Amino acid sequence: MRDFAQLIKNLDSTNSTNRKVALLSTYFREAEDPDKLWTIALLSHRRPKRPVNTTRLREWASAIASIPLWLFEESYHIVGDLAETIALVIPQEKSSNKKSLHQRMQDLVALRGKPEREQRSYLETAWLEFDHYERFAFTKLLTGGFRIGISQKLMTRALAKATGQEEDVLAYQLMGGWTPATTTFEKLIYSGQEAAEKSKPYPFYLAYPLEDPPEELGDPKAWFAEYKWDGIRAQLVCRDQQVFVWSRGEELVTDKFPELEQLAASIPDGTVIDGELLVRKGKEIGSFNDLQKRLGRKTVSKKLLTENPVFIKAYDLLEWKGQDIRDRSMEERRSQLEHLFPLHHQDSERLELSPLLPFKTWKEVSEYRAHAREEQSEGLMLKRRSAPYGVGRKKGDWWKWKVDPLTIDAVLTYAMRGHGRRTNLFTDYTFALWHEGELTTFAKAYSGLSDAEFREVDRFVKKNTTDRFGPVRQVKPELVFEIAFEGIAPSSRHKSGVAVRFPRMLRWRKDKKPEEANTLDDLKAFL
Amino acid sequence: MKRPLLAFDEKGIFCEPAGVYLDPWRPVDKALITHGHSDHARWGHRQYITHHHNKPIITSRLGTISAKGISWGEPLLVNNVKFSFHPAGHIPGSSQIRVEHKGEVWVFTGDYKLEDDGISQPFEPIRCHGFITECTFGIPAFNWRPQEEVFHDINTWWRENKEEGNTSVLFAYSLGKAQRLLKHLDQSIGKVYTHGAIENMTSVLRTFMELPPTIPINKDTPKAEIRGNLILAPPSAHGSVWLRKFAPFVTASASGWMAFRGARRRRAVDRGFVLSDHADWSGLLKAVKATECETVVTTHGYTEIFSRYLREELGYNAYTQHTEFEGDQEENASAEDKETA
Repeated sequence: MRDFAQLIKNLDSTNSTNRKVALLSTYFREAEDPDKLWTIALLSHRRPKRPVNTTRLREWASAIASIPLWLFEESYHIVGDLAETIALVIPQEKSSNKKSLHQRMQDLVALRGKPEREQRSYLETAWLEFDHYERFAFTKLLTGGFRIGISQKLMTRALAKATGQEEDVLAYQLMGGWTPATTTFEKLIYSGQEAAEKSKPYPFYLAYPLEDPPEELGDPKAWFAEYKWDGIRAQLVCRDQQVFVWSRGEELVTDKFPELEQLAASIPDGTVIDGELLVRKGKEIGSFNDLQKRLGRKTVSKKLLTENPVFIKAYDLLEWKGQDIRDRSMEERRSQLEHLFPLHHQDSERLELSPLLPFKTWKEVSEYRAHAREEQSEGLMLKRRSAPYGVGRKKGDWWKWKVDPLTIDAVLTYAMRGHGRRTNLFTDYTFALWHEGELTTFAKAYSGLSDAEFREVDRFVKKNTTDRFGPVRQVKPELVFEIAFEGIAPSSRHKSGVAVRFPRMLRWRKDKKPEEANTLDDLKAFL
Repeated sequence: MKRPLLAFDEKGIFCEPAGVYLDPWRPVDKALITHGHSDHARWGHRQYITHHHNKPIITSRLGTISAKGISWGEPLLVNNVKFSFHPAGHIPGSSQIRVEHKGEVWVFTGDYKLEDDGISQPFEPIRCHGFITECTFGIPAFNWRPQEEVFHDINTWWRENKEEGNTSVLFAYSLGKAQRLLKHLDQSIGKVYTHGAIENMTSVLRTFMELPPTIPINKDTPKAEIRGNLILAPPSAHGSVWLRKFAPFVTASASGWMAFRGARRRRAVDRGFVLSDHADWSGLLKAVKATECETVVTTHGYTEIFSRYLREELGYNAYTQHTEFEGDQEENASAEDKETA
């Protein structure tokens, strides 16, 4: 655990990406194999299930720190990270911990389901044995996602440096449903595991947002255009008469979408399709909210299956007849993909082709984009016909050209402190619109302002707090912001009666007085 | 109910029977000033009374003012109210102000810390009935390590940077923190270069105290000569054109806020050293207890949280008063740093 904590501390001590990669690759050369395996697991979102809920963690930590629970909570709201708060309020600095990372992780796995008394005494002992960084790293493993500013891509690069394996090969090896219990470092890095092999998707190729006019892309004949669907990017892997569905977070989500399993019957083995997972609502495409209902459930009820059935809009073919065809051109892959269709009646509702848009000029493409929202899409995708299927986000061959967001001017009414690098700054805001002479909450937004603007709003919040509800500050309704969002749908769960998609602050309207902000009726006019 | 000896009004902390203000934030006739930071020693008062060591500091910052110096513990009688200044340990020349009238004693801390930093007269607890205290770091997430350990880390960092061929850039407030660092930097590793704002303030402090040597950076300083050495710069120099000339360098910040990972990342410094001139959680509690007071007024920092703790857990009559003191503002480089940057 000490090496691992030292690694986290060192990673925290630099802002240079190269330095981070160097530190990680040194660790991957020097640490014990089981520790390395766990480190890879943790940095690729394979954290074991939380053995203890955070309410207990707060209670036990505040007891050890001899502070009342409310004071712990207040501190947590300021620090912005539970693990960090626990590491800070238990001010123990000398480590007497002897266990390694993998031993600690095995302890945590075993801790799940143990009686509460045992859990508590284990954690208390551990917390007091650790120094600050060990306590932070360990507790971070116990709480939410283990996000420490190291992306999986960065980790893969470091691992490639340390092992001599190709980065692309490793990206592929690290995918799939493995856990530290089902493999070893040797196996994971140097040999394909057949069982997991079957389900493995390919790394997704991601598009860059188009900022310049499309004319800059050159000859329109060299490009495909299609709608950009507002669902979840997904890979449909069909091997050995089985279907696996992967989402973009490299998460296996097959069990959440049982209706897709039957596709195994009509898609040949050795086929991997890239597409967009969407909900079908009668003849229309459901909203992103409808899709989220499917994701949020642990068990899929019959009712949900009937009301919100999913389907995939296919737009690329990555594997055909068991062959990786990613290096073939978009045009070739597309034509091979089209050969799969039409499917049988039942299956055609589960998988359909995302149509290519016919065009000769960029002007026509702009026309499609102008009407993209009417097609229930969020814009266009432009893909170079001659391009192979890449890895990760690369500039040049795939562009997303989203429709301009909808916007509305709203009043800042509540604020909360942020997390991570916004610790201790009021950066999480609630916005309201006028309705019958009062301000009605309609959205929360956390992004879109510059650091300097956030600091200015932070000072405003601190000086203009009118009431406090735990961590939430009510502020004088004075600041107006232009809020941008991608879509809007009726919602019974929201006080305003509508839910907006991906709201963020486009601009601070310093030129506007709060009474000049928009009304709820203005917002509903977008429906 | 009788009127309190010290009241909070729109101009500052007002002692009505004496007609004087403590650290006022609007111009007044007579101001008693705890220390030289710009949120406590503001511009525009007709008369300033402060400790002898703080007098050159505020004179250099505020220009032509009428200022009178006073010694630790020296009584100052105004309309039968007895004022005296006592060391606060925050920065050189920083004081707490004791106010006594008809047997009632109040103490206003200004800013303070309990640890002896090696350059400021160490904090002295004073018994009182009412204690008006800052609580910039008044939550239990703040627990300072002994400064020897922090300085050991800072010197090790400098040595390692030098070995890798990098210059070390250490950001610190120009008054107080910079000189505290200077005092403890191990100059057997290399030389200490200073940004203009820091050099100015350091030379003011040199008029009444000994400090290790510094080399001010000016436009004629050869860049090659600086490499591997250490530059002390105000936080506002971070990311400036001025600083870019000294590449390759590694940056660090020395502040209490560096206890937070988020604050370190926001500042975008490579390294954060947790070193503060304010009291930490246990320091604040220790200071309150040592006064044997009944009433505690919190003025700046995590005021609501700290006073609630004192009230609910320790039984003090504790409450918050709004002031315009800023304490150690994480995001604001002090104004004078900006002016001379």
